[in-house]
Amino acid sequence: MTQDLTEYTSAEMMTIAAARTLRNEDVCFVGIGAPSAACNLARLTHAPGITLIYESGTIGTRPSVLPLSIGDGELCDTALTTVSVPEMFRYWLQGGRITVGFLGGAQIDRYANLNTTVIGPYEKPKTRLPGGGGAPEIASHCREIYITMAQNRRAFVDKLDFITSLGHGTGGDHRARLGLKTQGPTRLLTDLCIFAPDPVTREMIVISIHAGVTREQIAANTGWEVRYATNAGVTPPPTREELQVLRELHERTRAAHA
Amino acid sequence: MAHSSHAARLLSLSAAIEECVRDGDVVAMEGFTHLIPYAAGHEVIRQQRKRLTLIRMTPDLLYDQLIGMGCAEKLVFSWGGNPGVGSLHRLRDAYENGWPQPLEIEEHSHAAMANAYEAGAAGLPCAIFRGYIGVDLRHVNPNIRSITCPFTGEELAAVPAIRPDVAIIHAQRADREGNVMLEGIVGVQKEAVLAARRSVVTVEEIVDDFGPRSPNTVILPAWTVSAIACVPQGARPSYAQGYYKRDNGFYIAWEGIARERASFLAWMKANVLERQSGDCSAARVSGARA
Repeated sequence: MTQDLTEYTSAEMMTIAAARTLRNEDVCFVGIGAPSAACNLARLTHAPGITLIYESGTIGTRPSVLPLSIGDGELCDTALTTVSVPEMFRYWLQGGRITVGFLGGAQIDRYANLNTTVIGPYEKPKTRLPGGGGAPEIASHCREIYITMAQNRRAFVDKLDFITSLGHGTGGDHRARLGLKTQGPTRLLTDLCIFAPDPVTREMIVISIHAGVTREQIAANTGWEVRYATNAGVTPPPTREELQVLRELHERTRAAHA
Repeated sequence: MAHSSHAARLLSLSAAIEECVRDGDVVAMEGFTHLIPYAAGHEVIRQQRKRLTLIRMTPDLLYDQLIGMGCAEKLVFSWGGNPGVGSLHRLRDAYENGWPQPLEIEEHSHAAMANAYEAGAAGLPCAIFRGYIGVDLRHVNPNIRSITCPFTGEELAAVPAIRPDVAIIHAQRADREGNVMLEGIVGVQKEAVLAARRSVVTVEEIVDDFGPRSPNTVILPAWTVSAIACVPQGARPSYAQGYYKRDNGFYIAWEGIARERASFLAWMKANVLERQSGDCSAARVSGARA
């Protein structure tokens, strides 16, 4: 592994951009995979006081390595408390105590609706994916949702085959019309750029492009015509500290799961 | 619910499964990543139970194995993947290609299933919660319905309570009277046992006394459990808090074992079918990188 802290990969940029969105005072419901790396990087850098919650029931967990599953022993060992799964979903998630839900997905559309269920028709799918797990209710009950996914045309599609969890629906005030008071997806962090919802249409538009990435690259990797905020800027590249902490986290994780 | 008034009986694993699990049963083997009852599930495979309806929030490798060995005709679940690794290939092969037999699915979210277990334990006919808002599952699963709150008029989601014929779980300890103790990530196991007509609990060890413990430790009194079998390492490759860690290397290796039918069947034959009941904790992780 390179120890050069000036060079970095687009995957590292994605995780670091995702980590930066989290605040020290957040109570964050953590999805497995890319979200888990981002949330723990935030905790190990600028947000040491963040409360991380995994759906296995672990509240205030501080793992030193990234868990492979949502319920690794490391999460329970380092948690402030561990509650049952019904309690987690009823009191803590449905009860409205989570500020940020951090999700990934297999497919996303311009309104940040997510599909993790099927590619193709539900009854006769081309690819059967794992399904929603906690995501449908995470997406509706957390105060806001951050999503992190690598950007390509298979994942960023014009139309989802299945809506596993609701983003901004068909846009505009769709969430409010369904009775939801939560904000839905407010950030989408990819390996190329950062999206946020347009204030009126709620379409996800680019507010920041990662250093060295072009609009042509973004267009080539997105299944819809991407719009840009008028003041879209450049994402600051990773700092030496961010890269070092992230690489050490991945290194500890690889050793632990070998 | 029809628990007999007498205490759980301590049986061998094979006798416990023989007595409590029948062809055609609705079976819930629970354990949310932690304490997954692998040894008991493998005994169900060895005894060749058929036409089971398998309920589990996260089917995990254990249900991949049961489905691939032809034990199940229906799966009720909310997340069907190999955590952190990828697909459950046997589940997908059954659903997409009907191998080794067609598999009907009933798909929910975690919140729905957690609520449905709790409703089952509470003796209610259905669970009510705020969920499935604006998502497609409600269009493909006729068991996802809605109910109007009589006080506020809010429309809420409703799903049927889960009431298994038999629940199977793994726990850390039982005492000689048959009381069961579990701790750590406790998932929905207490709810599953209380919701079920019969239950089998495998444990790491049988102790004279639970010793010092928090008064809030999860305890299933002996009279809520049908049968207990002592199976050390009975959750491996899942884990038992305080005893052994999750074998993440095996979860990663399963991807290669289960991707093809032939390699899957060879693994099951060598590591489950030809093994003795409950005496195969090393075999259960055979193929993991050293």
